Amino acid sequence: MSGNEAMFEQIKQLIDPFNKKEINLSRDTRFADDLEWDSLTVMDFVAAVEDEYDIIITMNMQAEIENVGQLADAVEKLNG
Amino acid sequence: MAEKIDLLSKFNPLIQEREALLSTGVMDPYAIVMDEVKSPTEAICNGKETILLGTYNYMGMTFDDDVLQAGKEALDNFGAGTTGSRVLNGTYQGHRECEDALKEFYDMDHAIVFSTGYLANLGIISALAGKDDYIILDIDSHASIYDGCAMGNAQIVAFKHNDVDALEKRLRRLPEDAGKLVILEGVYSMLGDVAPLKEMVALCKEYGAMILVDEAHSMGFIGENGRGVCEEAGVIDDVDFIIGTFSKSVGTVGGFVVSNHPQFEIMRLVSRPYIFTASLPPSVVATAATSIRKLMHSGNKRAHLWENSKTLHQGLRDMGYKLGTPEAQSGIIAVIVEDMMQGAMLWQALLKNGLYVNLARPPATPHGMTLLRCSLCAEHTAEQVQKILGMFEAAGKEVGVI
Repeated sequence: MSGNEAMFEQIKQLIDPFNKKEINLSRDTRFADDLEWDSLTVMDFVAAVEDEYDIIITMNMQAEIENVGQLADAVEKLNG
Repeated sequence: MAEKIDLLSKFNPLIQEREALLSTGVMDPYAIVMDEVKSPTEAICNGKETILLGTYNYMGMTFDDDVLQAGKEALDNFGAGTTGSRVLNGTYQGHRECEDALKEFYDMDHAIVFSTGYLANLGIISALAGKDDYIILDIDSHASIYDGCAMGNAQIVAFKHNDVDALEKRLRRLPEDAGKLVILEGVYSMLGDVAPLKEMVALCKEYGAMILVDEAHSMGFIGENGRGVCEEAGVIDDVDFIIGTFSKSVGTVGGFVVSNHPQFEIMRLVSRPYIFTASLPPSVVATAATSIRKLMHSGNKRAHLWENSKTLHQGLRDMGYKLGTPEAQSGIIAVIVEDMMQGAMLWQALLKNGLYVNLARPPATPHGMTLLRCSLCAEHTAEQVQKILGMFEAAGKEVGVI
């Protein structure tokens, strides 16, 4: 498993408690369109990811992140 | 010839939602006309005698005799408008007097007047925080704060509403050598709740962040001298910038920033919303300056407003209404209604009985809530507050909210 795949698996686990519609997750799963998260859910989820890795994902970065794969890449970069 | 793309088509979902709501027979909440305004607390609204409970006219200064007189004199002596920017021909004696009144009101060294409170936030936030700086803000911040952030190009970090730990975590994770501006509001206007400024300001000091507090909904009312939640919490000397408005307690229109920073005046040369818009009309700054000076000595009115706010809160709670705060924390009492349709029905029932409150709905509201926001005035009599409670009881039962 490459580093990024490991990160994808970890992100999947963090999404689980917020995945109320039990959507099957892939790197292409989109937060707004597929998971249908509202802004409040996004905020709670981002806070959970930030706390897990002790990082900050600015709103500027969040605006660029649409799907799970992009989030895994961003967290790996911030965590590196 | 290429087909023209209709840029308004992106609003179709909103248009449909609005049409669906109005087709049920609900009055349009955005089509209220005040035909006649009798006092800070009473108007003829869409042809009906109405008690005003949603105007943010906290201190009832809109019809103060001295305020009106000052405005009339300025209109006669200086004309209807300045036709110019503050940095060109738009700074009159009245603008200076208004800034002097603010410096005295807050006991601070500098004051800059903007044309609205919205522009004050836009102008200061966009100028202060540059590309490599961080703005840390409460997720429930007012639109003007977000728009100020969008206008600049700083890195934006949001934290959970009024959550001291969430703020601390974010400050701790940011680079020590980066510029940081923490933006807080004294009173959050949606629910009328107050920020834990004592704890938050202490954290900002610890982590070397500058602090801006928007006191739009607390100026004139909260704190011994009406300087806001900063004063009440005893942290006003540790705050770098206070932003406020003339369109609430002051009773007219305009915005301002006060600060003790020795270089603060440079903002006049770098803040685009200060430079590239016309200054306030002479009559407006004259009314504002007079009102601000009177607000310095309004302890009795502040006390009466607190009584009104506490009475309304207690009364609504006793009827079984769900409210935005466990106790009255400001001049705003927010009634939470489960869904938008029911909220609109209650709002309409109140209006038909002669009571105006604010209907607030998503996306302006946090957590997708529908709110009926009541804002009290120091000029509401105790009898009016009892009458208001009676109206809420009748309308709530009619609609089935209580």
